[in-house]
Amino acid sequence: MTERASGMTAQTPWYELFSRGARDWLRHNQKVREAVRANLPELLAGADLITHPQDRTVLVPVRFLEHARFRLADAESHAGAGQGKGEAGAVLRPASPRGAPAAGGAGREGNEIRFVLELKVDEIVDWLWEELALPDLKPKRGAALDEPDYVREGWDRRGARARLDRRRTVKEAVKRRAMQTAPLPFTNDDLRFRQLVRRATPAVNAAVIFALDVSGSMQEAERRLAKTFFFFALQGVRRRYAKVETVFLAHAVDAWEFPEAQFFQVAGGGGTIASSVFRLAREQLARRFDPARYNAYLFYASDGENAAEDRAAAAQLLAELAAQLNYVGYVETDGARFRPHASAMAEIFAELKARGLPVGAARLASLDDVWTAIRLFFREQATA
Amino acid sequence: MNDALRDYVAGLEALARRLGLAYFPVDFELVPSSLMTEIAVYGLPVRMPHWSFGVRYIHQLVRQAMGHSRIFEVMFPGDPCRAYLMDGNTLAENTLVAAHVLGHADFARNNALFARFHEMAGGNIIEMAASHARRIDRAIAEEGLARVEAVLDAALALESHVDVTQPLHRAPYPAEPPQQTPAAPDAFRARFERLPGAPARAAPAARERPPLPPYPEPDLLWFIAQYGPDLAPWERDVFLAVRAESLYFYPVFACQIMNEGWASYWHARLLREADFLPQDLYVSAIKAHSDVVRPFAADEQVALAVNPYHLGFALWERIVEREGLAHARRVRCEEDDFGFVRNYLDRETVESLDLFVWEQKNDGEIRVRSRDLAAVREAILAPKYNYGAPRVFVRALALDGSLELEHDAATDGRGLDPARARAVLGYVRRVWRRPVRLTTVDARGAKIQLDA
Repeated sequence: MTERASGMTAQTPWYELFSRGARDWLRHNQKVREAVRANLPELLAGADLITHPQDRTVLVPVRFLEHARFRLADAESHAGAGQGKGEAGAVLRPASPRGAPAAGGAGREGNEIRFVLELKVDEIVDWLWEELALPDLKPKRGAALDEPDYVREGWDRRGARARLDRRRTVKEAVKRRAMQTAPLPFTNDDLRFRQLVRRATPAVNAAVIFALDVSGSMQEAERRLAKTFFFFALQGVRRRYAKVETVFLAHAVDAWEFPEAQFFQVAGGGGTIASSVFRLAREQLARRFDPARYNAYLFYASDGENAAEDRAAAAQLLAELAAQLNYVGYVETDGARFRPHASAMAEIFAELKARGLPVGAARLASLDDVWTAIRLFFREQATA
Repeated sequence: MNDALRDYVAGLEALARRLGLAYFPVDFELVPSSLMTEIAVYGLPVRMPHWSFGVRYIHQLVRQAMGHSRIFEVMFPGDPCRAYLMDGNTLAENTLVAAHVLGHADFARNNALFARFHEMAGGNIIEMAASHARRIDRAIAEEGLARVEAVLDAALALESHVDVTQPLHRAPYPAEPPQQTPAAPDAFRARFERLPGAPARAAPAARERPPLPPYPEPDLLWFIAQYGPDLAPWERDVFLAVRAESLYFYPVFACQIMNEGWASYWHARLLREADFLPQDLYVSAIKAHSDVVRPFAADEQVALAVNPYHLGFALWERIVEREGLAHARRVRCEEDDFGFVRNYLDRETVESLDLFVWEQKNDGEIRVRSRDLAAVREAILAPKYNYGAPRVFVRALALDGSLELEHDAATDGRGLDPARARAVLGYVRRVWRRPVRLTTVDARGAKIQLDA
């Protein structure tokens, strides 16, 4: 009936060369990464991230991307054909105790598979700074030219054997051989040694003081906002300076220093006297971070309330601090609340800014505002 | 093992011909499970790249790792047919699978729907798909991955929106509606025109641009390829490539119950009558057969889906038993699943197979709703209408070049899922490059328009 017999082969290894499935899977993952990158603030808000981000990675559980198709909306009920015993009305699977979404999802979509994406915090921060096109931090002008150190500078024909620059030496030899008719492979004249010069380098240390208002009026959501903001502010500082020290101060009526792990759990109560934390910051600064050797930053988060009688003291201390610090950033975490006038703290910052001190203030209502604040501060410090 | 399998297959083919199976030659190939997985995911051995296949690939690997999915064979109808068997399966399994493939090959050559699509595509889909993949790879090299991917996002999202009644190489709409030839003068007309008070002859209507499309067009892929105002040639090519592959898959989709049932009927029969097979091999092969055609997993009493192998096998056995093989062959030529289930799934079979319709409420409770014959037939066929996709038509190509789509919610019974529909419109918008609109209905049945 057919002209040609059917055949059978077993050795056709073209498909062993590469896997189309794996290729398309990698492409999918790349797209997931891009999507994750677009939603970073939400993803990072919950993580406990502040310390040592260099060796920190974030594990982000992600769903598979869905390639959408036209599909009918979910109906009240869903029907299909089945096979087995049971009279009409017999229950085949009881209602799920947790209610509709879980059951509907599981029943109709099949098992959803999720996977975990590992992101390096450093990588994330680099993405962000690229995305936000932020300037790097500007170190203090005239920050004492201390710490003389040896730096590499130039080459010489003589020097210690250990500082022989092989690549440079070979280049010299190649150039010479190109010009000579019967060249020697190497001569002493080809040798190049790296030279060291003693120079004063600007201070590269930085200190960041985080001050948080933990009085009764600061809610959980506001603290989360403050934390997220602090995290990214710190990342910005870390990008610029080799060594960054951090101090965590919290205050209600009085102020204390806390280890980082406890900092965001601290709950205070009662009134708010902001000058207490500024006084503590000033002490710490004087004791631990010599302004001549440190680029110091203060970031303060509060809901803006402050005792009326404390206003003068707070303003005075802040002015003193601002004069010593590279920059003071203030975020007000009640951005969602309607407020006819600027808060007590916002007024103080507006005054200081008018006097030309390097300060800035921003309001945080949602995670998106964190970016606005970060952008504002990093732009301002560059021009301050 | 290869030699043994080759001998058995030759024996099975001789037997099949004696029993009257008529098919294009089949090229069998033993391949590793990695390729089988990819064929199952892509639908074809070599196919265009797209990230959505990557997702299906991982799902498939997970299912296989969990033991939920096992692939025995994949067969591509054509001339020659290509059948891939898994090199890790046992000799008994592969013998069974080879017999099964012969059943498929007979079905594909003789079924009218298969034959029509075979005719159009020329019987070499694997080469055709590989050449599509190659053209798309070249487009990626020339245009960049992002642009090609955007086109594939749109084209593959509309994969099922083809008009299966139209030819593969479909001509554009006629440029103008056929001219009304003036009626030949006759006595009646002359008198009619002299009647007093007759309305003045309407001036010949200004030549209007015929509406585009002239009727609601279900073939979205074709329409976009043909009439997209700003598409580059290579972009049209991608849409047509996806459409060609989609048309190729349609007979397999629309005849699944018949086709798997027919192949199962024949593998059982060929094995039964193949006296050259060793007894123990026959026993293990028949065991594999009963695993394939069983209605539900071994430890279950109820299945919420009907196994097409099982249903098709039961229906074909019944047809052959009652009306003879000749009649069964005619059914195999003429029907697709719609006709097969409606004409041959009768009350007795529903009862003997314990088929029912279940219903799941929003709280997750599932009940047996009915064992009524008509309801069971509809429940089996419901996912197959319109290639399994909602009915979406091109309603108009507006003068500003925007694309107006319409969902036939009345026929589908409810509106589209708006989030997904918006995402699809978004894909299309990027390629169409002008506004794209879709009307459907919301949960309350009120008309809504989605824009992109």
